[in-house]
Amino acid sequence: MAVIEARGLRKSFKTTIALDGVDLTIEPGRIVGLIGRNGAGKSTAMNAILGLAPSDGRLAVLGLDPWTQRDRLMREVSFIADVAVLPRWLRVSQALDYVAGVHPRFDRAKAEAFLDRTDLKRTSRVRELSKGMVTQLHLALVMAIDAKLLVLDEPTLGLDLLYRKAFYDSLLNDWFESDRAILVSTHQVEEIQHILTDVVFLNHGKVVLAASMEALEERYLEAMVGPDQAAAARALRPLHERQVFGRSILLFDGVPRAQLAAFGEVRAAGLADLFVALMGPVVRAETAA
Amino acid sequence: MNRVRPLYWSIRRELWEHRALWIAPLAVEAFVLLAYFVTSFTLPHGVAVAKTGEQLRLPYAVAAGAVFMISFFVAVFYALGALHNDRRDRSLLFWKSLPVSDTTTVLAKAAIPLVVQPLIVLAIALAAQAIMLAWGTLVVAVGGESLSVYWSHLRLPLIWVLLPYGVAMNALWDLPFYGWLLLVSAWAKRATFIWAIGPWLALMLVEFMVLAGKDGGPIARVVGDRVFGGFDRAYNVAGQKNMTVTSLSQIDPMRFFGDPSFWAGLAVGAAFLAGCVWLRRRQDPL
Repeated sequence: MAVIEARGLRKSFKTTIALDGVDLTIEPGRIVGLIGRNGAGKSTAMNAILGLAPSDGRLAVLGLDPWTQRDRLMREVSFIADVAVLPRWLRVSQALDYVAGVHPRFDRAKAEAFLDRTDLKRTSRVRELSKGMVTQLHLALVMAIDAKLLVLDEPTLGLDLLYRKAFYDSLLNDWFESDRAILVSTHQVEEIQHILTDVVFLNHGKVVLAASMEALEERYLEAMVGPDQAAAARALRPLHERQVFGRSILLFDGVPRAQLAAFGEVRAAGLADLFVALMGPVVRAETAA
Repeated sequence: MNRVRPLYWSIRRELWEHRALWIAPLAVEAFVLLAYFVTSFTLPHGVAVAKTGEQLRLPYAVAAGAVFMISFFVAVFYALGALHNDRRDRSLLFWKSLPVSDTTTVLAKAAIPLVVQPLIVLAIALAAQAIMLAWGTLVVAVGGESLSVYWSHLRLPLIWVLLPYGVAMNALWDLPFYGWLLLVSAWAKRATFIWAIGPWLALMLVEFMVLAGKDGGPIARVVGDRVFGGFDRAYNVAGQKNMTVTSLSQIDPMRFFGDPSFWAGLAVGAAFLAGCVWLRRRQDPL
């Protein structure tokens, strides 16, 4: 059974269409990056998946309807929105007590063990903690939950590099397994691209691209081309071109590697560059020249 | 698998966040007790000249009344923030990420003013009265006055039946009142206090003008009755000038439960709570 199965997901607010027929399938064992500009519909999609808001179309998460069965669904789905959502008055010990008291799949010993490796005191209140420490607390709670799906919405916003790295390292090493899935949305695409197995680009409420990382790395290639070769390379109609140190980096869709190798160094396109190429203002070969 | 008790822990959660629920009545009661201790040197004289015992009973009444009053204000402000604060600080998303239904959440929050707070009031008032009795007995005995006179004037068995009964009836009566406050806290984006009392004040003002200044119009009467009427209905004080309760026969649950407006209030209160669940389910952080 797919973890998330969405068909023709739609949601409109008063003046805007936030989701315009989104199809999405997430299988167990996948780590899916949901990537889009502000207002592309990422949060709306996540809210629908978490049962925080109703939507039209077909949506099943772990076989449940999120909107009508949120409390049931949350036994098997964890969610970190961003660092600001733990209430400021909550003590670390109270957070453990509460989650242990309401969550059937919470392993308190596991959360305690995680906290023991941090500087967090059990008596501290959230308001006394730094942003990084609040995230550690939230992470300790979530990692101790035996869930099938983890939804992360900008989970590392405002954290320094070390905390951000530790956050994803912990999740991958100590939580992620082949029967679990992660759906993550973030603007820090470069940092998470190496952990993703799949990518979904969302733009104006529509899925622009949905593919596995392997497929992307084969399909979208970048060639670094000297000025003498540029015209010949542009004839292959690159999606995007940018200039680095007097050379052109051209991003191609579906042009064989062997063919590009003639122009210069070839490598798989980074997610961020691909995002810019597909979503950004289109730079045509003619005008860039 | 953990054994889970979502309602129990949701109520505990409220008490963690809103410590004023028990600290405020405790502080007030400590002050009342202090005043009682300081003035207790007059007790032996009071027993010697006592006729009706009203003076001797007064501190016991104050111990119950003061804690009830402060708890009323604390509960009102609690209810106005209960479904509002976690939307404002965005922690709503954390609470909703746990397997607790919106119905459980709303019931836990409604249970605070309707069940937990009355129990806190009772516990503190009865404990304070027990302390007063022990101290008073000691002072009267040392002063060489009759303990049996002191005790018989206190009528504590009567008080200890009347108080739990009255608090329980009042809590039942208050369902629509707190239901309304919770509904406003779930609905209003800001200024919950204004939204909670504003419409009623406006209605009463219109009524006042229509009736050309005569007070006691039906709207004002219903509002006043709904906010303060619980105790009036629990006891039968008809025909008495100072509305005091002096005997067990004035406990009148038949009158209380026989009153259609009580049942109408329960229905309206339940509808308000259903509205809270409906709103809670759809709400985003502010």
